[in-house]
Amino acid sequence: MTTQKQDQVGKKLSDMPDETGHFGQYGGIFVPETLMEPLKELKEAYIHYFQDPDFVTELDSDLTNYVGRPSPLYFAQRWSRELGGAKIYLKREDLNHTGAHKVNNTVGQMLLAKRMGKTRIIAETGAGQHGVATATVAARLGLECVVYMGAEDIQRQALNVYRMKLLGARVVSVESGSRTLKDALNEAMRDWVTNIDNTFYIIGTAAGPHPYPAMVRDFQAIIGREAKQQIMTHEGRLPDALVACIGGGSNAIGLFYPFVDDIDVSMYGVEAAGHGLETGNHAAPLCAGKPGVLHGNRTYLMEDRHGQIIPTHSVSAGLDYPGVGPEHSWLKDIGRANYVAVTDEEALKGFHDLTLTEGIMPALESSHAIAYVTKLAPTMDKEQIIIMNLSGRGDKDIHTVATIDGIEF
Amino acid sequence: MSRIKSCFAQLKNNNKKALIPYVAAGDPNPEITLDLMHAMVQSGADIIELGVPFSDPMADGPVIQKASERALIYGTSLTDVLAIIKQFRETNDTTPVVLMGYLNPIEVMGYDVFAKAASGAGVDGVLTVDIPPEEAQDYIPALRQNGLDPIFLLSPTTTRERMALICQYASGFIYYVAVKGVTGTAALDTTEVARRLKIINEVTDLPIGVGFGIKSAETAAAVGQVADAVVVGSALVNLVEQNAHALSNAEGNIKIIEEISQVLLSMRTALDA
Repeated sequence: MTTQKQDQVGKKLSDMPDETGHFGQYGGIFVPETLMEPLKELKEAYIHYFQDPDFVTELDSDLTNYVGRPSPLYFAQRWSRELGGAKIYLKREDLNHTGAHKVNNTVGQMLLAKRMGKTRIIAETGAGQHGVATATVAARLGLECVVYMGAEDIQRQALNVYRMKLLGARVVSVESGSRTLKDALNEAMRDWVTNIDNTFYIIGTAAGPHPYPAMVRDFQAIIGREAKQQIMTHEGRLPDALVACIGGGSNAIGLFYPFVDDIDVSMYGVEAAGHGLETGNHAAPLCAGKPGVLHGNRTYLMEDRHGQIIPTHSVSAGLDYPGVGPEHSWLKDIGRANYVAVTDEEALKGFHDLTLTEGIMPALESSHAIAYVTKLAPTMDKEQIIIMNLSGRGDKDIHTVATIDGIEF
Repeated sequence: MSRIKSCFAQLKNNNKKALIPYVAAGDPNPEITLDLMHAMVQSGADIIELGVPFSDPMADGPVIQKASERALIYGTSLTDVLAIIKQFRETNDTTPVVLMGYLNPIEVMGYDVFAKAASGAGVDGVLTVDIPPEEAQDYIPALRQNGLDPIFLLSPTTTRERMALICQYASGFIYYVAVKGVTGTAALDTTEVARRLKIINEVTDLPIGVGFGIKSAETAAAVGQVADAVVVGSALVNLVEQNAHALSNAEGNIKIIEEISQVLLSMRTALDA
């Protein structure tokens, strides 16, 4: 394993990754040779355009006028009172265009694709939120869009599949491996390797080979930057804790990153414990996995003792992934962030709790964060503040919830 | 002299090109692999490339993906693959064996533990698809210290500058990926391959093997005109797939070995013509 470089004295936590895309021993570039040059071009474009005033202006304008930012920071007064502890603020990413945080990233990567002269867009998707967010921005620019989705997920998320088709994207069913998100990612990589000349691969989470983890984080960091300003306006001080759900970890890193140097702010990433960590049927690599290499980066993985990736389970398709963004692996190892897990059952209770107490129907992914807040808030003082990322809305999950509750339409 | 080095030296003396078949270890069942390796040598293979099954073969097309899946039904692990090679070495001490696979099984075993075990089993080279030299500061020395050749890929997108960097770290031979794409892709352009090999030859003295997209004896012969070695994978693994659902493993295995041997013999003849 790569040893951590020793030259980080005096550097801030937010200065990561290093030049070669490493967060300590995590991250990096582990891909077939054919992708090395395209990744180098992407890295150069990302570094260049993030400092280009025209690019930044266009991105800001799209985030304001197309996505609908800034998203509100909402004080969940009734829910806070019921839990009887900390004041809970919800960062309302569910109110974004397309209904989740995913669009922050697709808008940004699409602007890069346009500047790099790419004419064809590909993406992988699990729950379909990233696929929809990609198909949406591709439609807006009139670009060809192909979305890879595991055959299992296509069954589970029929509504989002239809949304993507309405938006003009071609949804390709992935029949290999476990037929879920990880296999969709493999298939998208295979497409990219074959069509690198004209194709831009929009990865949906803060994982994959460098520069994706850093780039996706930087596009999602708008969440934390806004939240920081908004909480100063509401409360005149920084929060005590941040809570977000983690699949690949893009909504969490988007919220965490702008606070990472504020060491008095605690951070909690909530993984999917599925049927329970002890059953092995879960999607919690940070809580119950080991480091390894998959999908272009070194990170915590769900793997067996021979290094084969093992099947995951979560009621939420968006968290059903055996890896996690490398920055989270690093934040875990250095002890800067805490990673916990809640079960399907707890998440479903969270879904109903927030719907009934605040009139906000959350995505099942975000419901994991809700379930953890219900444990955390009562342990804190009434003066303390939690910001939770409400990463997406629950419309797409109504069918799943209804089925579990024994209701048929 | 290493087995790979003496293999290429001998071929050069005889004015011949290396034929390198790829099969996935344990595909379609663990019983076949040892017999298949010996049969391939008898049918003209100079070096054997043995695939280590992985759950997420990102650089492989459907044919080799399915080979991995079939092998994993039996749980064929990296340890199992090394055990097969150790058995192979009991009766064959000359034919080089190169492992081809993905990093994670090696990473989980630990680079040093793996390199010692592989060397002890009689492995000669290791081609790990998803570790570029930039990430291999610990991996390369572990292989080298145990007498294993780190084999790296060059691709149509590799710049001349990168070629030089990669060739610095590579030994044994260089593997040129002839197409942008995954394994088993159609239509390799021999003119373009010849043009690229000319550049690679300016950068390194290592022998150059070409793979990805070699399906027929004719293509093998054409590539043999410009390369030192021809790697054929999916065309062989296809034959495994066609016989994977035979009535019994034993029956299927006999047919697979027969059919793969035939294809290799025809490629050998075409290459030597």
